[in-house]
Order: sequence, then structure tokens, then C-alpha cells
Amino acid sequence: MSTTVDGAWTLPVRVELARQWRRRRTQVTLGLFALLPVILWIAFSVGDDPTPGAAATSLTDLAQASGVNFAVFALFSSASFLFVVVVALFFGDTVASEASWSSLRYLLAIPVPRVRLLRQKAIVAALLSLATLVTLPVVAVLLGTLVYGAGDYLSPTGESLPYGTALVRILLAVAYLAIHLLWVAGVATLLSVVTDAPLGAVGGAVLVSILSQILDTVDALGSIRNLLPTHEVFAFADLLTLDVDGSDLANGVLFALVWCIAFGATAVWYFRRKDITS
Amino acid sequence: MIYRPLRVLGVVLAVGLLGLSTVAAAPPPGGVGTVRSEDLRIEVRDGPARDQPQSLDATLWLPATTGPAPAVLVAHGFGGSKQSVAAEARTWAERGYVALAWSARGFGASTGQIALNSPDYEVADAAALVDWLAARPEVRQDAPGDPRVGATGASYGGALSLLLAGFDRRVDATIPVITWNDLGQALFPDRAGVPPAATPAASAAEPDGVFKRAWAALFFGSGSRPAPGQEQDAPQVCGRFLPEICAGYVAAVTSGREPAELADVLTRASPASVAGRITAPTLLVQGERDTLFGLDQADATARQIAAGGGTVAVSWFAGGHDGGGPDRRTTERMQAWFDHHLAGTAPDPGTAFTYVVPSGVQARRAPTQRTITASVYPGLDGGAGTAQTALPLRGDPQDVVAPAGGAPSAISSVPGLAGLAGGAAGGGAGDDEDADDGGSGGAGGSGGGGGGGGSGGGTAALLGRLATDLPGQAARFSTDPLPARTVVAGSPQVRVTVASVPGRPAGEPVLFAKVYDVAAGDGAPGSRTLLGSAVSPLRLPAPGPTPTEVTVSLPAVVATLAAGHRLEVVLSTTDQAYAAAVQPAVYRIGLAGSAGPATLAVPTVPGDVRSGTSVPTAPLVAAGVLLLGVLVAWLVARVLAVRRRRRDLEPGGALALEEGLADTPLVVRGLSKAWTSGLVAVDDVSFTVKRGQVLGLLGPNGAGKTTTLRMLLGLIAPTAGELRIFGRRVVAGAPVLGRVGAFVEGAGFLPHLTGRDNLELYWAATGRPRAEARLSEALEIAGLGSAVDRAVRTYSQGMRQRLAIAQAMLGLPDLLVLDEPTNGLDPPQIHAMREVLRSYARDGDRTVLVSSHLLAEVEQTCDHVVVMHRGKVVATGEVAELVAGGQVAVTVADRRDEAVSVLRGRNGVRDVEPDPADTDVVLVDLGGVDRAEVVRTLVEAGFSVRGVGPRRRLEDAFLALIGQEGS
Repeated sequence: MSTTVDGAWTLPVRVELARQWRRRRTQVTLGLFALLPVILWIAFSVGDDPTPGAAATSLTDLAQASGVNFAVFALFSSASFLFVVVVALFFGDTVASEASWSSLRYLLAIPVPRVRLLRQKAIVAALLSLATLVTLPVVAVLLGTLVYGAGDYLSPTGESLPYGTALVRILLAVAYLAIHLLWVAGVATLLSVVTDAPLGAVGGAVLVSILSQILDTVDALGSIRNLLPTHEVFAFADLLTLDVDGSDLANGVLFALVWCIAFGATAVWYFRRKDITS
Repeated sequence: MIYRPLRVLGVVLAVGLLGLSTVAAAPPPGGVGTVRSEDLRIEVRDGPARDQPQSLDATLWLPATTGPAPAVLVAHGFGGSKQSVAAEARTWAERGYVALAWSARGFGASTGQIALNSPDYEVADAAALVDWLAARPEVRQDAPGDPRVGATGASYGGALSLLLAGFDRRVDATIPVITWNDLGQALFPDRAGVPPAATPAASAAEPDGVFKRAWAALFFGSGSRPAPGQEQDAPQVCGRFLPEICAGYVAAVTSGREPAELADVLTRASPASVAGRITAPTLLVQGERDTLFGLDQADATARQIAAGGGTVAVSWFAGGHDGGGPDRRTTERMQAWFDHHLAGTAPDPGTAFTYVVPSGVQARRAPTQRTITASVYPGLDGGAGTAQTALPLRGDPQDVVAPAGGAPSAISSVPGLAGLAGGAAGGGAGDDEDADDGGSGGAGGSGGGGGGGGSGGGTAALLGRLATDLPGQAARFSTDPLPARTVVAGSPQVRVTVASVPGRPAGEPVLFAKVYDVAAGDGAPGSRTLLGSAVSPLRLPAPGPTPTEVTVSLPAVVATLAAGHRLEVVLSTTDQAYAAAVQPAVYRIGLAGSAGPATLAVPTVPGDVRSGTSVPTAPLVAAGVLLLGVLVAWLVARVLAVRRRRRDLEPGGALALEEGLADTPLVVRGLSKAWTSGLVAVDDVSFTVKRGQVLGLLGPNGAGKTTTLRMLLGLIAPTAGELRIFGRRVVAGAPVLGRVGAFVEGAGFLPHLTGRDNLELYWAATGRPRAEARLSEALEIAGLGSAVDRAVRTYSQGMRQRLAIAQAMLGLPDLLVLDEPTNGLDPPQIHAMREVLRSYARDGDRTVLVSSHLLAEVEQTCDHVVVMHRGKVVATGEVAELVAGGQVAVTVADRRDEAVSVLRGRNGVRDVEPDPADTDVVLVDLGGVDRAEVVRTLVEAGFSVRGVGPRRRLEDAFLALIGQEGS
């Protein structure tokens, strides 16, 4: 037999998906996000009625107003940290976990070309991240509509959006978050190829996000903060008004792409040249 | 090893900066070029007879554009100077205006004393500046001596803009920001009475009101700072104020009332005196968080200008003297105002009314907010005026005490707190600093304002919680819970009654009316928020025992009231920020119910113009360009890779098939690997593995065996030399690696999958047909039995090892590479493994490469061997030839040299030589002759043969290596 392997057919997405899907951490993460709205609902049911904050009504006060309000609250409470952790988990784990299992060298010896390996793993990580990102609002809308009704979305500034419109806006908000989180994907992928410890890659990406959020609170940095990748994390709030002011959204998309490309391109460059010693 | 992360960081930064620079390359609106600034002193004459010389410290900002441009006078706030509006002036210059910022008399490095925007002093100075602009060639001229000029400024500077527009008709447009209409009403307000109009924030304004002591003190304090150059002198009471203003202030503080001599000064300083004749289009920008110059002030100015036939528009933003600058939309509106009315470069922005509804949600650290646009300011166009919702109000008459001296007192607002919380530089109550504090561009023209609100949001929340009333001093009346959410925009109105209480002292009551937003607390005390943190002071004539009815204009605010919340109207006898009555008294306060049930009239302004969904194109275009760039880069890389690959595959290319080696499983030539640390792991290694061989790579630990195998698999790039598998050079991911099955340095499996799943997914990852895998044969070799369906994490070391070897054999590769395959196996398994390997090579014409550090292992498994030590090949050859048979070592008692010559004479013996290491040993290469013959020959020749043994060159070599290792 004289079979050589055509690199273009190695490690198909369905195979990589099967390898990742059966991991408990994948199932637990997805399950947790499906469960989170239920936990929130129980918390709202058990706790005392909210005593609203002094300044004005907040999203928490309005969370029980309707199913869409509940979903928006769930999105807001997860956007700046929980989603970052999830994306960091799925992307930071891509290469580093194979290295830690010593299975990376066998994949590369198949041979799966290096760039293709990174690409296929990124596609699967993106699919899993997206699934998690979509699970939360879908469950929240379903559960919220069931228990709080299909009323209008009420915004803290006194606007209301019809239920159907609000659903479309939530969908757009999720799409925005998906793009925004690309920068986390880039960082996590880079760390994943640099280190052989999955924990280091995942934790490192989360740390970078926290660092960026801390820098964002330093007023002295002025407009430099606009360049920080986490600066526009809550820009999707602009989608939840009658008139959408898209400037922050557009900036958020732009800088997410800039950082994602910067980190991602570096990851590819580095991984192509790396001596695999794991 | 430090430099590796640094290098990675460097690449990230380089790529990131590249991306950011493409973003920055997109030109910002307005076309920013280099603006120039010029510091100068402008000599003017002012005073009633225009005979007092003053020297004003000014900075002229010139745009990058050539040709005459319209001019903007940028006036600063109280306590500020030309420095505090430099950023704003610069922004106007960047938009193509000639911007003139100057320090008003009595401030900064200008001469003179503070005359509070007097027409004879500050306004005359500003008019002289217009004259000065008329003589500048950079400024566009409407007529000789009449430049195209606009005036803007916040607070003190805003009032100056209005006054200048009233006195000097050459001013073509103004944007006064957070300023007063009637300074007397702003500092001595009295809100008792029927509001004069149906505009949203119209408030009653009776003369001789209640002294706004706290704000006035901050104002006065910031004007009392010594002039530059006099800081070392003893402090003066009046600082840089004109003596009559200083005296008026002192009189107000000591009496708590508005002194007549001050009233004149305040009237002259008020735009109310000239607003009726302002024809320059005016955009009034007023703050919703402003207890100094509230929304009612802009409301009055708007009414007066409209009544005189002037063009006026009103914008409220979520900020003001209590914290926060204009948000981006408001700033853009201000820019559009001058762009149209001065430059003529923008379409007519119209005179719509916009106001901002803030929320409690903090996104990007600024509160989110919504801008509502109504086509007109209600009540200005002669229409129906502001919509009012009448909310029924309940509460019995209550007796309240006015404590002697007005203390202790209730707390509503804390003037200057926003400035402190915002960390405004310069200290004091410089109101310009407050205005600059929120949006990053300040009141003027920056396009870079963030989400708006800035630090003001947090301050407002803090103020809302600070508000307290003292028991016994406040009467409360409450509405029912609101049936639906309501957005209040303007000044609510209420009618109350005030009466004296028989047997108790009474006087001229001073009361403070305010509205709380109260959330029900289900048993617990509900949370109360003071709307606008503001109060409406009232000074009423002394009441009798019969209740006197009075209409009260409550503070004008913008607030969202949630459904289920109640509104509470409170009338208190004291307030920290005001001079309350000092005589003790008791009053009975009730609701006026003569004309039906008592109500609280709440104004609302529905938005009837949608601002429309807007998405700026520049960032999206930049994002598109970025993605396109990545796509192009990818395509170019792809094309280049294909081209290079084609070139490499051509005869003589780097990846070309070397014809003579197409049937040779492995050729290693001059292979070296030096690590970055300097360690040379493999040094000039060359050997060949022929088809059908079982070749052993023998060497002690650290000899470079595994590094060689990793290079064989393309995992590590060699620093020199090459490996060729079936004539193809090995590089990372070379397709020919598909003909190699490998087990290197231990097993590597996904621990959560079973052994079978691991092998199946591994094969699936090769993309080759499942039938080629020969999975069952491989599993048979692994011999795991039922354990094959358990998760790999439960396996023992040996089980993983066998599974890994089975994985290497999947698809029966032409070249099988096994690194220490018997490590961790027990003796029967080792034996079985040897059989498997030998038969693997024998069965077809397949080839096996085994590495080991055990001599016996290689001896028993392999037919060829390569011995490595410290990265170098020290011996190669057939195992049989190297190990056994051919050579014997004969030990003789003495006369060894004779024995050598005797044996050399013996026919059939191939070679005889003395052992260089041992003086009595003769090495004999038998060449087919029996050992017994050799012994007999020697014995017959009279030698005493002490021993005959095999000479194991391989072992000798190997032991010699290990011996070196030990030395």
C-alpha cells in the first residue's frame, strides 16, 4: 500500500466535533447555560420583591416585566464575564489540551497540516461557543415568556418595544456579542498554541479580559480606552431602543475584528513554526 | 527563553497596530488637519464711557483650511479662563472655524475686575473682540466691520453669549449652555404663583425670593481668588470683584434677602433684559441635573426670544452644574447649529425640542440614556402647550415647625459635589469645570464624546439618596400608585394651602416644595428619590388662620416613573442649600381642594419625531476593509504557497521526489538539531533504512533518538540536514507522512473516550476510507479484551502503550516507527510484541524502525541497528554481523604475538589481530572455520589456551559508551 494523506481531508469538522462533544466540560457548560435562566427565575421567585435603586429603574427591576425583559437581563448579567469565560474555555483549550494529552503529535503525524489543524479546531470552538451563546437567550425567552408572559419589552429609559420586535433585537444583540467576543477567541487561541497547559491558556485569556476592563476604568487614559477590546462590550444595549444609535456597535465590531485578527494571525504564524515538544 | 513570549507579544502589537492604523487612516468627519494657535493680548476699552483700558489674555485658533472662515467666540465659565475652553476652541478650529478663546476681565491673566457680565464691561469687551475679528483676514466678513461670528459658552460664558447677541447685532448665531435667564431669580428664587406660560418648564418667578446661599457662596469664593502675581498678598474679602458687587453679596449673606443695590446689578447681568431683541438663531442647551440654573431658566429665555420673533431651539441633556457634560447627540446638534447658521455647510437643523431620559443601567460606565425629540418646544408655537396629567393627591393638613435660625435643615442638593466627585481640576466651584467634566469634549464641539453622562450619573444617584427631610419640619402628600410608566418632562404644578396655627408663632413662611419618587417597600421602608435633587423655594406673605391657597411650580425635571411607584409632594421649612427664615414659627399646610379634588399636574412631552436608526459608515467600512484585507492576504498566501509547492516539487526542488530513493523507506542525511538553548541534541546523523528491515535505533537515554524520530514526523524542524521518506523530504505536515505509523514518547489519547473510540476517531481524522484501517487487526495486537470499551483514563500504563502501538499500526503503514515500544510491558507481552514486529516486516515488504536503550531488546527484535550516542551515530550495521558468530576472542597464557602469526598462517581464517585493549587476547575473524579448529591449531603449536569467547562488537561499543558516560 502506498497511501499518502491528502491534507485537505484530514480532521473533518464532524470528527473534531465528536472528539470535543463527548467531553464532560462541553456538556456541563452547555447545560449550565441552559440552567442559568431557571436559576435566575428561582432567585426572583424566592427573593423579596425588588426594592428599586434610588436613581432610576434598572434592568433588574424590569426583569420580571416580560419574557423578553427577562432574556435581556440574562444577557446583561452574562456579557462581561460569563461569556468571556466560555469563549476562553473553548478556544483556549483547542491546542493546549491536545498538547497536554500528548495527542497533538499524533494528529500532526497523520499528517494534519498545522494551519488546517488550527482552523478546524477554531471552527469547532466557534460552533460550541455560539451554541452556548444562543442557548442562554433562547431558554431565557422561552422560560420568561412562560412565566412572565409575552408582554412588551420595557426599557429603563421608559421606552417599550413590541414583543416581536424585541425578539429580533435580542437576536441582533446575540449576533453583536458573538462578533464582540471574537477578540477573546483570538487571545485564547494564541495562548493555546504558545502554552501546553490548557488552564494557562483559558485563565490567561480571562485575565487579559479583566485587565482590559480594569484599564477601561482608568479615566486618565482618556480616549485611548476606546481602543480597548472590552470597551464596547455593552454596546448591544443600544439595540434595545426604538431608535438604534449604531455608532458604538460599529466601533465594537471594528475593534473586535482588529484584535481578533491581530491575535489570530499571530497564533497562526507562531504555530506554523513551533517545534512540537509536548 | 524569555524572548519567546516577548517575540509573540511583539507580533501581536505589530499586527494590532497595523489594524489600528488602517482604522485611524479613515478620515474623521470635518477633515482634521493641523490647526494653529496663537497666544495674544487684545487691548480693549470698556466702562460706561468706554474709556477704561483693559488687556485681555486670548488665544486665537486657526483652522487648517485656507481662505476666510466663520469665527466662534468661546467664552469660559465662572472661575475659569481661556485655558479651560482650549479643548473646545480647538475642536471648533478643527471643524473649520476661527475660534477665539479669551479670559474675561477679572479672570486668568486678563486685567480688570469681575463685573458679572455687565453690558458696560464684559459685554463691551466681547463687542470689542467682534471688532477685532472684523479686522482679521482669516475671518469671513458679512460686511465691512461685520464678521461672520457665533458666540458660545457654558454658564457665565453662556449668559455672555446671549447678552452679546442682544447688544451686538453682528452676532450671527449663539449656543448658550447651562446658563441663566434672570440671575436674580436664579440666586433668589420664589416659585409661588401661577406659571406664566404653557411651556414644559415654565415656573412662577416672584421677586425677592429665597437666597440660594450654598451656590452663591461657591460662586463668590471662586471669584475671590487673587489675580496672578498677587497670590502672596494678604487675602482680600472681595478678591477680584467690583466693590459694589462684593458689597451686595455681603449684604445678601448677612440679611438672607436680595439687597436692592444687588438687584440692579443682577438685572443688568440677565439675558432676560435683552432676549426679546435677539435675532441671531439661538440653541439653548440646558442641563437636567442643575440646581443652580435649572430648566426653567432656558424655558424663560426661549419664550422671550420667541416672543421677539427670533429663532430659538431648546435641548436638554442629562447633566449640568450637578455633574455631566453634553452627550454626543447634543454635541452633534450644537455643531450642526453653527455649521448651518454660521458656515452654511449643513442643512437646517430645525428648531425641534430634544431631551434626554437617563436610565439606571450603567453600560460602559455611563448611564444609558435615550434622546426624545419633539418637533417643537411645546407652548412656543402658539399651540396647545404642554400635556399635563392630573394625578389625585391625598393627605390631611399637617403642622410643620420652622426652627429658629433655620437649623437643623433638610438636605436636597449639595452644590459643588459633582465637581469634587468628578475630580475637576482647579478646585472651587468653577462652573466651567463642571460642564467640561462629563463628555470628553466638553460643552463645545468635540465629536469624540462618549456615551454621555460621564461621572454625573453616579453623582446624581448619590444625591438622590442623600436627600432627607427632618421630622416635624415637612408636610407630605402622596399620589396613588401610578397605573403605567410615565416620563415626566418639565415642571409639575400643585396647589396647597398655608395657614397659621392658633396659639403658635407665625411669620412670613419660607417653604421648600419638592417631589419624591417613592417605590413601595412591602412593609420595609420604600426607597425615595428626590426628583432632580432640587427644591422650589417659596416666600409667602404671613398667613392668617384661614388657609391661603397658593400654586407652586415644582422643580422642572426629566424622570422615568415606574408603574406602581407613587409621587410624594413634600413641603419642608428648611433646606441646607438656602437661607431659610430665622424666626421660629408653626404653619398648617394642606392640599387646596376648593376646585374639586387636589391634584398634582405632571407635564409630559411625547416624542413625535423619531431620530431614526443611525449606523455610522466609517467603522463599518473600516471593518469591511479589514476583512477584505485578510481575505486578500489569505488568497495571496494561498497562491504563493501553491506556486512555491509546484516549484519545490519540480526536479531539483526542495520537496521533489529523489528518484533513486522512491523505494527506500527512510534516508537520513547529515541531520542536526540545535536547540535555542545551545544544546545540540542531534549532530550530523546519517543512516538508511531499507525496505523489509527491522532497524533498531540504539542508544542510552539522551542520545537524540527521540529528537530524531520527532524530526522524522515533521514535529521538529531540523537545523541542518534532511530526512527522506520514500524519496520525499520530510517537512511539517508532508503528505508522505501518511505512509508512516508512529508511536513516539508515550501514548496520547483523549482520556474521556474509550480505546475503541480513540482509534476510530483517530482514523476518521486521517480522512481515509474506514475499510483501510484494519481496526480489528490493530485491536487484536493491542489485546485489550473488553477494556477496549472503557474510557482510556482508566487504563494502566501498559494498556495505553499497547493501544498506542495498535494506533500506529492502523492502516498497516509502510514504515512503522516505534519509540521504546516495550517500556512498561511485562515479559510475556514483550515477547509477543517482538513477534508482532518481526512478522510485520516479514509479512509484506513493510519496514519497522524501533528505538531502544536496551541492547538485548535490539538484539532480539531487529536485524539492523544504528547506535547513537550524544547525538552522533557511533555504529551501524547488521545485528547478526555486529553481535555474533564471526569473531572470537582467544585468550592465551603467553607469547601472544607468536600465536597471532601462527593463526595467520592457518588456512581459512579471514583475519587475526592482537586485541589493543588486552595483552593476552587474540581476535580471530573465523571466516567459516570452526572455533575448535582454531583451538586445536594453537594447542598443537604448544600454546596454553585459557579461554575462547565471542567478541561482541556491538556490546563493546555500547558498553564503551556507557563507560564514557560514567567517567
